[in-house]
Amino acid sequence: MKIHQLIRLGLLAGAASLLAGCGERPPVDMVQHGYRGTGMAQVYNPRTVAKQADLNKVPVALPAAPDEGPRAKEIYKNVQVLGDLSVAAFTRHMASITQWVAPQQGCVYCHNPANFAEDSKYTKVVARRMIQMTQYLNANWTQHVAETGVTCYTCHRGYPNPQAQNGQKAYWFSAGDTAHKGGMLGWRDGQNEPAYSVAKSSLPNDPFSPFLLGSQNIRVQSQHALPMGDNEQNIKNTAWTYGLMMHMSKSLGVNCDY
Amino acid sequence: MPEYQNIFTQVQAHAPSYPGVPLGRDRDTRERIVEPIHVKLLGWFGNAQIGPIYLGFLGVAAVFFFLVGFTTIGFNMLVQVNYDPIQFIRQLFWLALEPPKPEYGLKLAPLNEGGWWNLAGFFITASILLWWLRMYRRAVALGMGTHVPWAFAAAIWLYLVLGFIRPVLMGSWSEAPPFGIFPHLDWTAAFSIRYGNLFYNPFHMLSIAFLYGSALLFAMHGATILAVSRYGGEREIEQIVDRGTASERAALFWRWTMGFNATMESVHRWAWWFAVLTCVTGGIGILLTGTVVDNWYLWAVKHHVAPAYPDVWDPAQLVDPATLSAPVVDPATASAPAN
Repeated sequence: MKIHQLIRLGLLAGAASLLAGCGERPPVDMVQHGYRGTGMAQVYNPRTVAKQADLNKVPVALPAAPDEGPRAKEIYKNVQVLGDLSVAAFTRHMASITQWVAPQQGCVYCHNPANFAEDSKYTKVVARRMIQMTQYLNANWTQHVAETGVTCYTCHRGYPNPQAQNGQKAYWFSAGDTAHKGGMLGWRDGQNEPAYSVAKSSLPNDPFSPFLLGSQNIRVQSQHALPMGDNEQNIKNTAWTYGLMMHMSKSLGVNCDY
Repeated sequence: MPEYQNIFTQVQAHAPSYPGVPLGRDRDTRERIVEPIHVKLLGWFGNAQIGPIYLGFLGVAAVFFFLVGFTTIGFNMLVQVNYDPIQFIRQLFWLALEPPKPEYGLKLAPLNEGGWWNLAGFFITASILLWWLRMYRRAVALGMGTHVPWAFAAAIWLYLVLGFIRPVLMGSWSEAPPFGIFPHLDWTAAFSIRYGNLFYNPFHMLSIAFLYGSALLFAMHGATILAVSRYGGEREIEQIVDRGTASERAALFWRWTMGFNATMESVHRWAWWFAVLTCVTGGIGILLTGTVVDNWYLWAVKHHVAPAYPDVWDPAQLVDPATLSAPVVDPATASAPAN
């Protein structure tokens, strides 16, 4: 084989392997949503979107129940949060929760079948707190949830433990005390390992605790061109913001400019 | 007669080892130690002859300091994976030795909270500076100009701005990049995010232009010389004073295709300055970031470099969540049910 034949073969193999690396075949749809020339556009693969649409079908709502007759708390025992609903509305609500949160497990996921009223199951106590949380959000946090509001299904989507989206877990545990304990070497500063929470980047891998539990300022950029001494944010803090943004980007399956 | 003109090496000349030009000094012998060997494989890429070599005091000191710094970084990474060699290889691109947390400022942090970063940085920097001195001394010893060490100094300038000068001006070692593959790339992106997009930094623009320009010049020059090597075009140095047909053909080619041509000498000045200015302008751009300019995009808008783009969302319709004071209270404490 002559050298130029080898080169030709090499170029062909190289081009093929480069194309194989793309993973998605064209055509894709582009949706511009920012000012022209700024590259603010989202790229959608219609085949992926079709698959995602199937996974995101909202369950059919149960028929509305009349708000008449005796209250739930008058008929049932130990109804602490939803006692003011009519019995019909209360029953509808319970059926909906089962459908939204534990369709496989059914009522017994939270209730003791021998006595529906008692609180012996941990999941029942948690469910009550969760209902309180939902009521609170819908009543007091309209800046965020607006008129739409949230239900159990907003997060649970048919699973007792919300399922991971795009490899991003739907819940997290605080890493707790992250102070390094392994002798005098090997400090990681909370980062530098391939972590799923930050899309396998080397960014800080628990970007939730400082922003969602603590009150670290997520904004790092200055609002003016020159340093005025009012922006204390440094590059390390920026890496934490960046980590949370990577998590969001990956979870939603969109780019930073979405 | 094999054809010489090709993009790959077609011919490898075999010859006795050559010790290099005699300089007529006593030191010539002790500065050229180790009997040269010939490696055919290397001959396909460069010169098949390895040696003679010379490290000397500066070289040995530079290698020593480098190894101390390199080992410091390596052992920190090794402990991060609990001495597991497989995890060390798997995670190698993610691992890093991080600079100290911001609260330590310019003080020496405890070793395992960034102090090792300072030590590794000191040793690596000392190694680089010693190696620069060695390059300079070797160039002088050979009676050469000192163009190579000064080009290397341009790269050292950028390195020092990133890891030493700017952190000192900002008052914190935490501003410096970590020692690690992906982590230093993430640092670069975080740096740009914090300071409002480095692409609007005019010195960054210049640095990119010189960097891409260097690649373009390198491709043009390499291609030109290979293309006229059948006329002896690779003897560039002689052709500076005695053009010959290779130079004249190459010159006419570029006059035909772009109207202007460099000469056998000036093309090397172009290449040298483009490469050097990549680092010099880049270093200036980094030095100004955070010290003189805090948000490059807003700076560019202020000076009419970039347009102020309209908002994506109507600000009248969209409430900035940071302006909302209503805190979300834990529902358990807001209305605790009797349990």
